[in-house]
Amino acid sequence: MKKILIVSTALAGFTAFAATAEEINVMSWGGAYTKSQVEAYGKPFTAETGIKVNWIDADNPATPIKAQVEAGNVSIDVADVEYSDAVRLCDEGLLEEIDKAMLPPAPDGTPAEEDFIEGALTDCGVANIVWSTVVAYNKENLNGTPTTIADFFDLEKFPGKRGLRKSAKATLEMALEADGVPASEVYEVLSTPEGVDRAFAKLDTIKDQIVWWEAGAQPPQLLADGEVVMSTAYNGRIFNAAVAEGQPLEILWDGQILDFDLFVIPKGAPNKENALKFLAFATDTKRLADQASWISYGPARKSSSSMVGKFMDGKTDMGPHMPTAPENMKNALVNDYEFWVDHDAELNERFNAWLAQ
Amino acid sequence: MSTQTPADPHVAVVATAGGVEDGPLVMADGTSLKQALRKSQSRARRRAFLLVLPLLAFVVLTFIVPIGQLLKRSVYSPNFHENMPALVAWFDASPPGTVPDESAYAALVADLRLLKKTKKAGLVGTRVNYELPGSRSLFTKGARKAEKLEPPYREALLKLDPRWGDPALWQVMRSAASPYTMNFYLAAVDLKRDSDGSIVRVEENRRVYLMLFGRTLALSLLITFLALVLAYPIAHLLATLPLRKSNLLMILVLLPFWTSLLVRTTSWMVLLQSQGVINDALVALGIIGDDGRIQMMYNKIGTVIAMTHILLPFMVLPLYSVMRTINPSYVRAARNLGATSWTAFRRIYFPQTVPGIGAGALLVFILAVGYYITPALVGGSDGTLISNLIAFHIQKSLNWSLAAALAALLLAGILVLYWLYDRLVGIDNLKLG
Repeated sequence: MKKILIVSTALAGFTAFAATAEEINVMSWGGAYTKSQVEAYGKPFTAETGIKVNWIDADNPATPIKAQVEAGNVSIDVADVEYSDAVRLCDEGLLEEIDKAMLPPAPDGTPAEEDFIEGALTDCGVANIVWSTVVAYNKENLNGTPTTIADFFDLEKFPGKRGLRKSAKATLEMALEADGVPASEVYEVLSTPEGVDRAFAKLDTIKDQIVWWEAGAQPPQLLADGEVVMSTAYNGRIFNAAVAEGQPLEILWDGQILDFDLFVIPKGAPNKENALKFLAFATDTKRLADQASWISYGPARKSSSSMVGKFMDGKTDMGPHMPTAPENMKNALVNDYEFWVDHDAELNERFNAWLAQ
Repeated sequence: MSTQTPADPHVAVVATAGGVEDGPLVMADGTSLKQALRKSQSRARRRAFLLVLPLLAFVVLTFIVPIGQLLKRSVYSPNFHENMPALVAWFDASPPGTVPDESAYAALVADLRLLKKTKKAGLVGTRVNYELPGSRSLFTKGARKAEKLEPPYREALLKLDPRWGDPALWQVMRSAASPYTMNFYLAAVDLKRDSDGSIVRVEENRRVYLMLFGRTLALSLLITFLALVLAYPIAHLLATLPLRKSNLLMILVLLPFWTSLLVRTTSWMVLLQSQGVINDALVALGIIGDDGRIQMMYNKIGTVIAMTHILLPFMVLPLYSVMRTINPSYVRAARNLGATSWTAFRRIYFPQTVPGIGAGALLVFILAVGYYITPALVGGSDGTLISNLIAFHIQKSLNWSLAAALAALLLAGILVLYWLYDRLVGIDNLKLG
């Protein structure tokens, strides 16, 4: 018995040593989005290079980066963050700078810098998707169909609870849009104290009916449960719940707020070389197009959009479900990253104080 | 005449018939009994201390030192001091209240240029932003444009953004120039420094912390009381049943302990949701209408219910242990002497359980005050406690100094309450079994 114990412990020790193959840690948003990245980027990458990819979930990968780099204990190699977070973290020196020359060109030879959509490449980040915050609803729980963003704040026409992301970003803009501010003026109004007050006043009209969500997977769950009748959500998660899982959820594209997500590398990442390899691999034309067949987020490269076809079920056309489809862009707002880089801290502080009262 | 062998100094020389010795007892070698006892006791004490030393070292290293370092952050915030050398020097050279002149602005521009090189504009701006919201954008913009500024710097900066001339900003920068500050403690109680340095309350729409401290205290007391009311009968039943049955029931009390906390909380969500089990049952029975569903989730009610359930075992166990030791014949004797069952309970049984109540209540209260997972999941915005905001400042806004100040205040509050409890009830009056 004793001998068996010793031998098995020794074996376990050896296997522990042997298991240190090359690997990288990638932090993303979890749920259906991470699944699409695993299928489109992770598995092909491991198949081609043999480097194992560990996927870590977070409600917002930007916050662990700052904490880890400041504490001097970085465990993430690649993180998927929102645009304004990528710029802000880069400004503060928390991210590695990325040499755009290492990104592969498009199949027709266009260099990467011209193939990516305008704004998709920053000093420290490479965009992978275009996504958007939209209002979604469960058509079985609603009498009638909402047509504009103002309907989200209309408790008489559509009684019931509302779901909102527990963050000032996208929430304040939607409040202003619903209050009648045209999309082109939203950020101008929001830069003034009166504008901020106006946004909070509009939110006050529905405050006691709001259920606050933090994880991207919560809105489809809340809508399916009937806990809320309308909710803001990441559009791809609603698409997955509606098409892949058959839930009766619909998206209201009016007033959608578009944004990029970028891959970044925290400063001091333990496997920087492999992380750069992953970045170059995951953002090439074919991978971005593949990822669009798993979830309805637009690829950040122009050459990928022609390769976007059907959902992996083989039946649904992805085109109309993309945030960038022309019929969905009628009253869309593109997130102003410069505004949020500067005002993120103070607006979120005011938001939290407002929440707690 | 007989004595023990004098070679054993631990034996006192005992007076026997025929050899009485008067005065204090002494050992065979002449040292007094008191001293010898103290020496042997000190050996035992030293041995006991050495046995506990590893545990003490472990607690100090892994508990007290890290917490102390974090609490130090509540008064120590060096970001401004370390990254703005020229301006700090100007502040040192001029007394408080000096209106900033051209040399001050020149120092500021020099530091902004330095910030662009070191990429610390965000850090410094955030530090100032803690006390004057809106300043972060001022610093990041200033650092971006600093290279292009020409003297006279005062006009150039004011033209870039008039807020650079705000005396409130200069006041905040002056206080931020020193790495040690009490301003985070002020912020933790909804106060702030005005532009002339006096302490005022913050604007109405930013006052959250005192209200949250009050809410945390009130809800924790409520939860402790509810847990006591629910746990008392359970503990009494467990204590009076024969051992085999009570052991079986005890497993039912302990079973939740072996389930994950998140699982327990999410099952409460399933029960309490407006489309959840309880509401559906009430609607099916016709007690409430479909649109009159009771809101038990995402508010204080959800927090109280879920936390009472989760903390219940902590109240049951100490009560049970104490009740086990109560002799049932006391109550029988009281009944015999003519007391009604209520009087017998009130005057005989209940006072004997007070030590268990004290232990359980203390345990549940201190746990309730620090809980943050359950209020975060089921409390919504109405049922959040101060611990949620401490967690927010640690994880999301990364304002560790404010989080440390809030935590230090919470710790101080608990210690004050503990001292009060000691005065009123007495710590010796506390038994765990």
